[in-house]
Amino acid sequence: MAEPIRKITPEEDPAPEREPRLIGKPFRRVDGRAKVTGATRFADDLSFPRMCWVRLVRSTVPHAVIRSIDLGEAEKVPGVLGFLTGKDFPIPFGILPVSQDEHALCPDKVRFVGDPVVAVAATTEDAAYEAAWKVKVDYEPLPTIGSVQEALDTPEPRIHDYGDEGNLHKVVSMTFGAVEEGFAAADEIFEDTIWYEGNTHLPMEQHSAVAVPEDDDRVTLWSSSQTPHYVHRALTKVLGLPASRIRVVACSNGGGFGGKSDPFNHEIVVAKMALKLGRPVKITLTREEVFLCHRGRHPVLMSVKTGIKRESDGRVSITAQRLQTALDGGAYGSYGVASTYYTGALQTVTYKMPAYEFQGVRAFTNKPPCGPKRGHGTPQPRFAFEVHLDKIAAKTGLNPADLRLGMLAEPDTVTANWLRVGTMGLGKCIEAVVAGSGFRERWGKLPPGRGLGLACGSYLCGAGLPIYWNHMPQSGVMIKLDRSGGVAVFCGQAEIGQGSDSVLAAIVAEILGVSLSDIRLCVADTDLTPVDLGSYSSRVTLMMGNAAVQAAERAREQIAQAVGQQLEIPSGRLVFADGRVFDATDPDTGLSFQDAVIATEARFGTLATTGSYIPPRSPGKYRGAGVGPSPAYSYSAAVIEVEVDPATGLWNPLHVWIAHDIGKSINPVLVMGQVEGGVYMGLGEVMMEESAFRRLPRHLSNALVHKFPSMLEYKSPSFADMPPVTTYLIEDPDPQGPFGAKEVGQGPLLPVMPAVANAIYDAVGVRIDQSPIHPHMVLKALQAKAKGDEARFGPKAFPEVDFGETLLVPTPAQGGDGKAINDFKDKLRSGMRSASGTMMSREEALRNKKVSVLTTELKGAR
Amino acid sequence: MSDDLTTLRLRVNGETRAVVFPTHHTLLEVLREELALTGTKHGCELGECGACAVLVDGRPVLSCLALAAEMEGREIETVEGLQIGNELHPLQATFADLNAAQCGYCTPGILMTAKALLAENPRPSGDEIREALAGNLCRCTGYHKIVEAVDWAAARMRGEEGTPPAEVFYGSPVPDAPRV
Repeated sequence: MAEPIRKITPEEDPAPEREPRLIGKPFRRVDGRAKVTGATRFADDLSFPRMCWVRLVRSTVPHAVIRSIDLGEAEKVPGVLGFLTGKDFPIPFGILPVSQDEHALCPDKVRFVGDPVVAVAATTEDAAYEAAWKVKVDYEPLPTIGSVQEALDTPEPRIHDYGDEGNLHKVVSMTFGAVEEGFAAADEIFEDTIWYEGNTHLPMEQHSAVAVPEDDDRVTLWSSSQTPHYVHRALTKVLGLPASRIRVVACSNGGGFGGKSDPFNHEIVVAKMALKLGRPVKITLTREEVFLCHRGRHPVLMSVKTGIKRESDGRVSITAQRLQTALDGGAYGSYGVASTYYTGALQTVTYKMPAYEFQGVRAFTNKPPCGPKRGHGTPQPRFAFEVHLDKIAAKTGLNPADLRLGMLAEPDTVTANWLRVGTMGLGKCIEAVVAGSGFRERWGKLPPGRGLGLACGSYLCGAGLPIYWNHMPQSGVMIKLDRSGGVAVFCGQAEIGQGSDSVLAAIVAEILGVSLSDIRLCVADTDLTPVDLGSYSSRVTLMMGNAAVQAAERAREQIAQAVGQQLEIPSGRLVFADGRVFDATDPDTGLSFQDAVIATEARFGTLATTGSYIPPRSPGKYRGAGVGPSPAYSYSAAVIEVEVDPATGLWNPLHVWIAHDIGKSINPVLVMGQVEGGVYMGLGEVMMEESAFRRLPRHLSNALVHKFPSMLEYKSPSFADMPPVTTYLIEDPDPQGPFGAKEVGQGPLLPVMPAVANAIYDAVGVRIDQSPIHPHMVLKALQAKAKGDEARFGPKAFPEVDFGETLLVPTPAQGGDGKAINDFKDKLRSGMRSASGTMMSREEALRNKKVSVLTTELKGAR
Repeated sequence: MSDDLTTLRLRVNGETRAVVFPTHHTLLEVLREELALTGTKHGCELGECGACAVLVDGRPVLSCLALAAEMEGREIETVEGLQIGNELHPLQATFADLNAAQCGYCTPGILMTAKALLAENPRPSGDEIREALAGNLCRCTGYHKIVEAVDWAAARMRGEEGTPPAEVFYGSPVPDAPRV
C-alpha cells in the first residue's frame, strides 16, 4: 500500500524560498537534440532479429455478418507465416469498462468499412500485403446507419447488443437547479441549433507497433501510444496472460492529439501473433488505416437555450441554460460515454450559470469510431455557446467583451453542476486579447468584408477520475540517486511531442538544484516505471508534476539530513542549487551535489524515493459526476480578425490574438508551442478539416466510406494558411499545480472556432452556425440576407429524442449536497459503490475492508 | 509483386553504401530498411505530407515517390548527415531551441527542405521560407516556430549574432487594460 499522499508543508521544507533557476525560463527540451538529428526512435524505427510483418484484412462493407473466410490463395503466397481470425480473440476489450465492445479481429460481424477481420503474418511486408490482398471474406450485408437521425429511426437491427436503447449507445439527462424557473424569470430567451462536423487528429506518424516474445511466456509491445497503461490492461484481458508477463513501452509518439489513446486492434494482434510465431512482429498502419482507426472528434448537433436578465448596472446575466447534444459515435464505444458527458460538463465553468440542464445522446453508426480529440467533447458545445453569446451581445447591444466580463464565473466557487473552480484567469485573458487587438475600438467598425470576433474557453487540468474505478495514484514518479551524482527519474507518462519529458526533468532538476544534463529519464514502460495513466485530458503536467515534486522533495529531505549532519549545520538552512548543496547563510560552506549524494548513500544506504498524486475528490456525487471534475481549469480567450470576400464567400484569418491562463509556465517555450499548435489545429477545424462520409451506390454495397482518407484530400492547413498569432501567457499560479502550473495542451484550441464564426458575422453580417465554415455557406447566407431571409447558414432543428427521466441535482446555491434527489438504480457492480451511489472514497473502502474493491479491476475481468 | 532485385552503390551522406533491394522499393524504404537510416520518416507514402523529404544532388525529393533503383551516382543527404561531427547544424540547433520540433516526426523532412532553401537563398524572407516549406505538413507547431527557427539559423549561417526577440520564447507582453 502506498504511503498516504502528503505534500511537505512549508515548515518542514528544508530549503528556504528562492527564485527558481530553471522553472519559468525557456530551455531546450530534453529530447530536442534527438528530434533534430533523427535519433528519436519512433515505433516504426524499431527492428529486431527475425522480425516479421503483419497486415490486417479490413472489412470492405459497413455492416455485415461474416459468412466465411477463405485463406486458400493467401496461404500460397511465399513467405506467409500464419493467420489470425476472430476465432483467436473471443475476449472483447475497449477503453472504458462500460464499453467492452471491440474485438482484436471481428468474430462474427463487421460494423464499419475498415473493421479488421483477418491478420496475416509474413517474412516481408510485401508478402504480407500480397497475402492480405488474397484473403477472401464472404459477407451477408445488414442495413446500415449513417447518422444520429437514422439511428433514432432504426432501433433494429442493432449495431451492438448493448447500449441504452436500440442503436443509441448512451442517453443522458441531468438537471441542475431550477431551470424552468430560470427561463420564466428571464427577460429574454435565446435559442440556437448548431452543428459541428467531425474531424480527425491526423498525427504525422502512422500508428505502429512491434511485439517481441520474451523468455518465460512473456511479451513486450512497443507502440505509438499515449496510454501504455491502458494498452497493458487491454492486452492482459484479451491475451489471458497475467499482467506481470506483459510489458508495454510507449515510444515517442509522432503526434497524438487523442488519436493514440485507445488500445487498438493492431496492438493486440501483433502481441498475439508474436506469441504464436515465437518471433518479433511489426505492423505499421497505412495512412488510410489511420483514418479508419479514427477516434476523432464526434460530429455533434446541438440545441442551446439560454435565459438572460438585464441587470440594473447594464450587465447581462444568465438565468438558466439548457443544452442538448446529439453525437454521431461511429461503430464502437471508445471513449464515447465520457465524450457524451463532456459535451455538457464544462459549460458552467466560464460564466455564472445558476441553473443548467444537459441532455445528450450518442448513437452508434456504421462509420469509424469517434473518440477523444484535443478538447475531448468540449469544442463542439463551446463553439455553440460562444456563437450563441455573440448573438446575445448583438441583440442586447453589449460589446461581446463586456457581455462576457460581466458574467464571469467567480474563482473558488462550485458551479451548478458541482465543479470546483479554483483560480480563474478568464477576465485577464479577455482583457489581454481585447487590448492587444484593439477590439473595443475596431469591433463593429471595420470596413465591409473585415471583421473581428471574440470567444473564450476552458479546459481540465486532468480528469479528476481515472478511466477505471480504483483508489491508486493517477501518477507515480520514482527517483533513484547514487554516488555518480546522476539522477534517474522513472514515470509511466508518455511523451507525445507536448514536452512532458522536459516537464518531468525540469521539476526534479529544479528541486534538487542540478542541471538537466544530470537527469536521466525512463518513461512509459509498464515493466520499469510507476504507473501514470497516460497523456490525455491534459493531465500530465499537473498530475505527474505533483508526483515528481513529492518524489524530489523527499530526496532533497534525505540529502539535507545527511549533509546537515556532516557539515554540522541545520538541514533547514541548506540550499540546493547550481549543482551544490550549501548553507544559505554562508554559501561557501557546502558540498557538490555528487558529494552530497555520497554522504547520503553512506548514511542511509541505497537511495530511491517515490511520489504519488491523487486528485482531490470532487464535491459532485450524482451519477455522471465523474466527468468534468478537475484539480484546476485553464482558461483562454481569442480575438480573430478575418477578411471575407462577399462575391465568393471565401474567407481568411488575418490575425489571431490569444491569451491563455497557464497558472505558471514550467518552460514558456514549450507553452508557446502548445498555444500556437492549438490555435493552428482550431483554425484547421473551422477552415477546412472534416471527416465526411458518403454512401457508395447500391450496386457497390451501399457502403459508408470516408470521403477523404488521404492527407491530400483531407485538407489541413499548410505553412501558407497560418496567419500571424500574438500570444499572451497569463501567469497566476494555481495552488493545485506543480509550481502553480496549469494545462496548455488543449485549452487554447477551444476559442478559435467560435471566434472565427463571430468574426465572419462582424465582417459580413451573416451567421454560420456550423463548423467548418466553407465559402459556399457564407455565400448562401449572404444570398439569404440579400433576399430578406434569415442571414444564416446552419442546421434547422434538433432531432426528437426521448431523454427519459432527468436526474435532478440541487445546486450548491439551493443547499444541495452534490447528490441527485432521484438517484437511479445503480447498474454498476455494487461493491464499488458506497451508500450514496458514488465510488467509495479510498478511506471508506479501507475502513470497510473492501480490499477487493481496490484490486479487482486490475484483473481486467468483465 | 515483382521478385526482381537491384544491386547498386548508393552515395548517402558522403558515404558509399552497397545495397540489394527489391527493384520496386522506394528510396524511403531502402534508406530505412536496408541502410537503417530511420531518421527519414513517412507520413503517407503517397507524396502528400513531406515527412520523407531528403536531398538528392542538393534538391529536396520526396523519397517515398523516388525509386532507389534510379539513385545510382546521385548524392543523397538525410537528416543523419546534417550535423557536423558532434556539432548540430545551425538549423538543428535553432529548431531544438525554439521547440520547432515538438513530436519531431515532420522535422527531418523540414530540416532537409530548409537546408536546400538556405543553400539557394541565404537571406530568405518569411514568405519565402513559408513557400519553400509549403509541401511539408506539421500538426504540432502551428508552423510559426519553424519559420522563426529557419530565419534564426539563416542569420547564424550568415555569421550574424543575436537571438530572436523575447516574444518568441515568452509570448508578447500582456497589455495593460483597465477593466471597464
